[in-house]
Amino acid sequence: EKTKESFFGKLGKALVGKSTVDDEVLDNLEEILVASDVGINTTVKIIERIQNRVSKDKYLGTTELDSILREEVVALLSDTSDTDLKEFETPPNVKPYVIMVVGVNGVGKTTTIGKLSAQYKKAGKSVILGAADTFRAAAVDQLKLWGERVGVPVIAKGMNTDPSAVAFETVQAGVEQNADVIIIDTAGRLHTKVNLMSELTKIKRVMQKVVPDAPHDVMLVLDGSTGQNAMVQAREFTKATEVSSLAITKLDGTAKGGVVIGISDEFQIPVRYIGVGEKVEDLQVFNKKEFVDSLFKKN
Amino acid sequence: MFDNLSLKLDKAFQTLKGQGRITEINVATTVKEIRKALIDADVNYKVAKEVTDDIREKAMGQNVLTSISPGQLLTKITNDELTHLMGGESVDITIEGNPAIILIAGLQGSGKTTFSGKLASYLKKQGRQVLLTACDIYRPAAIKQLQVLGEQIGVEVYAEPENKDAVKIAKAAIAHAKKNNHRIVIVDTAGRLAVDEEMMNEIARLKEALAPSETLFVVDSMTGQDAVNTAKAFNDRLNFDGVVLTKLDGDTRGGAALSIRRVVEKPIKFISMGEKMEALDRFYPDRMASRILGMGDVVTLVEKA
Ligand SMILES: Nc1nc2c(ncn2[C@@H]2O[C@H](COP(=O)(O)OP(=O)(O)OP(=O)(O)O)[C@@H](O)[C@H]2O)c(=O)[nH]1
Ligand SMILES: Nc1nc2c(ncn2[C@@H]2O[C@H](COP(=O)(O)OP(=O)(O)OP(=O)(O)O)[C@@H](O)[C@H]2O)c(=O)[nH]1
Ligand SMILES: [Mg+2]
Ligand SMILES: [Mg+2]
Repeated sequence: EKTKESFFGKLGKALVGKSTVDDEVLDNLEEILVASDVGINTTVKIIERIQNRVSKDKYLGTTELDSILREEVVALLSDTSDTDLKEFETPPNVKPYVIMVVGVNGVGKTTTIGKLSAQYKKAGKSVILGAADTFRAAAVDQLKLWGERVGVPVIAKGMNTDPSAVAFETVQAGVEQNADVIIIDTAGRLHTKVNLMSELTKIKRVMQKVVPDAPHDVMLVLDGSTGQNAMVQAREFTKATEVSSLAITKLDGTAKGGVVIGISDEFQIPVRYIGVGEKVEDLQVFNKKEFVDSLFKKN
Repeated sequence: MFDNLSLKLDKAFQTLKGQGRITEINVATTVKEIRKALIDADVNYKVAKEVTDDIREKAMGQNVLTSISPGQLLTKITNDELTHLMGGESVDITIEGNPAIILIAGLQGSGKTTFSGKLASYLKKQGRQVLLTACDIYRPAAIKQLQVLGEQIGVEVYAEPENKDAVKIAKAAIAHAKKNNHRIVIVDTAGRLAVDEEMMNEIARLKEALAPSETLFVVDSMTGQDAVNTAKAFNDRLNFDGVVLTKLDGDTRGGAALSIRRVVEKPIKFISMGEKMEALDRFYPDRMASRILGMGDVVTLVEKA
């Protein structure tokens, strides 16, 4: 892309023949990272790492800087612990595989569950969903409609029922029906609400009465347009539920989702999926390299 | 995280203790700290730069009072500047026409439907006859969501679940309102991205067809750097009248508020701070300024000095 080239072109001019990166280059770099929601702390960290590399390797041209930069950012993104999970697989010998989906309000939990179910189904897995958001208006109907759309059963007890009971019954039904994957939708909640956060802990505990090592995955959904607060969300949800994977939504817009770099680095939680639209097919397996490339691409 | 900006600023000043006047030299580090704090609060980096340049101008040559630290003084200057930038007084919505029409627009999941319910409830409490209109024909159960809220607050909801034309639904709602003596029609719309041409056309057509006396842009207060792009794109198409900031019941610093205000120059009219129908408030620029700076009592402290 044009803008991309011109950025590195600019970097190049400022760098030729130098063994250190000067302020102009760093300012440019800082601007790009900060504008992608990477945040000041992580940006400073990336810049320091680049300075170290540059003074050590005495690099020469823009191409090297470009790749060093990308390498350093990629290095901050944590690995998916189980590479087998990449293409909508579940770990061998884990059946049913229980996923609990959590996050603040409106980030895209229910939609992500709908899309994810479709992918699992396409991969030949049987899926059961649990409508444990019994709080938000019409949340149960929303999940049911997704279930119909995708062709997977939804266990629901209606609005204002106990979410733990819904989760319990869903896991029970999943075991009885020999399901491969069970996904529990939960109500959106801000991490500052103590009662609601401990409700999640309870939902988790109740599921373990049926499947002792459930949930196998606690997926935190983050809105890709969220700024630095996503960092706090990751911290607080991890405290309450031991988050084991991330999904970043709404990356079909102009937001870059750069905050996930700092999150991944600090909490070592891998990003598993990205949401790129509202349709069933708009879910992709996270690809580090593509993600980092998109940071340096102007809209 | 910058829990206390003025402490940071004091640190930046420490090397220059004894200087009673803010000069070009000692202000540089401090201004950098302020900029960092703003970016950490999700203020757009360009906006943060402009704002801190202004602050530098204002700070130059000011005498530091003996009873407060230079950091505190700078914080006060910053706070005043932010408050000023966010519009001074709070601004009301315009309710005009028969019926008066209020159009709600914004990104996916920002809180439009919830806010529509809250606004309806708020206006109803003022004794007005309100009709809610469900124009989100895309999201699963979007209509049902508005109907449930309508029932909760005792406000009628106009919907045509089979109709796939948002403009026609809205027009029919207005006809319905006229016939049934509803004086205000609130139109809830689907979430959309600014880059989605088709959907942006839809909301532009809605605005044109309805000629609302108030068009509100609803934005999640946790939004990061992209807030300015989105707000600008929506404003270019809709020329909206005001902004609603949602989810302020969390701990976000809400820097997006400052960015949007600065870039589109439209007032923030309401803040939404919870999922319940009562959780609606007017916008107070001074409170928002303190929130973005992550400090509470420094300002009053300086005021007393
Ligand atoms: N453009 C876009 N929109 C999305 C994406 N994922 C979800 N959405 C939309 O975001 C809005 C909120 O999605 P939901 O799935 O209801 O979010 P949620 O987290 O379940 O919300 P609550 O249950 O209310 O907390 C809906 O309008 C979705 O269609 C995405 O990847 N891209
Ligand atoms: N904590 C909190 N949650 C809110 C607030 N406003 C809305 N929500 C929640 O945020 C989520 C999304 O709200 P909606 O009103 O459905 O958002 P929307 O903009 O209509 O979403 P779409 O129609 O899918 O684009 C829901 O879970 C709401 O309960 C708020 O001020 N505070
Ligand atoms: Mg949901
Ligand atoms: Mg809605």
